[in-house]
Amino acid sequence: MGLKRNVSLATALRYKGRGPMLTYVLHRIGGLGMAIFITIHILASFVGGKGGVFVNSIYENWLFQIFIFFCVLFHAINGLRITIEDLWPRMIEHQRESIWVEWAVFLPLYGFAVYVILQTALGG
Amino acid sequence: MASKSRNLSLAQRGLNFEMLMWIFTRLSALAMYGFILFALIGALIMGARTQMNFADVMRWAFTPNVTHVQDTNVPDTAPWSSPFWKLAASGLLLVAIAHGVHGLVVIADDYLVTPRARQIVRIISIIFMLTMMVISLYVIWTS
Repeated sequence: MGLKRNVSLATALRYKGRGPMLTYVLHRIGGLGMAIFITIHILASFVGGKGGVFVNSIYENWLFQIFIFFCVLFHAINGLRITIEDLWPRMIEHQRESIWVEWAVFLPLYGFAVYVILQTALGG
Repeated sequence: MASKSRNLSLAQRGLNFEMLMWIFTRLSALAMYGFILFALIGALIMGARTQMNFADVMRWAFTPNVTHVQDTNVPDTAPWSSPFWKLAASGLLLVAIAHGVHGLVVIADDYLVTPRARQIVRIISIIFMLTMMVISLYVIWTS
């Protein structure tokens, strides 16, 4: 089943997609991570009881919070870049520069969030 | 021969369901930005002077549901559980579920390429989407 790509995994990993490829991969990981998380979270809230409380307590772990906040924030900021470029197609010419702007917005925001999460989790 | 796009009919220009879902993905992204900023402002107004922490504000922003602030140091949860915020949470979740399920279909289409497999994926995704919408509305309006 699936596509016949005719490339080995090693070749695929050496593909020089650079910035756009990286954002594409991270966008997909972030979207998939959020879809799975939100589905389980809604179902856990719906079922309730011991199982629901146990599942929702996983989400309060700081490791999970760092992961899911990466998914949410990267997907949101990258999604805004994609939306701007798709709705105003002239912007696609500046795609690579816009990815640098995107990282410049993402890294401070995410760094601040990780700092707050770690301070709450480890600082007591 | 290249013809000008404005001389073509909408169908010839590629206006089909997939195209509509493509534009829906972009517009719903903007709508979710609106919902989240709206809830964020609401949290900052209602949570002012209650020493509300960053995590609670974020939890509320990403879905303005009262259970997200129930176990925190917010003294009175009454303004947080008003029908107004339940409507806002419902709107955000309906848009987000439609956006997310379409995203899952896009991912599945990268790996399942036969028309039959794609049709099965679409039927399952529609059932899944409607189920999740009903369950999430139930969770919001009974919490």
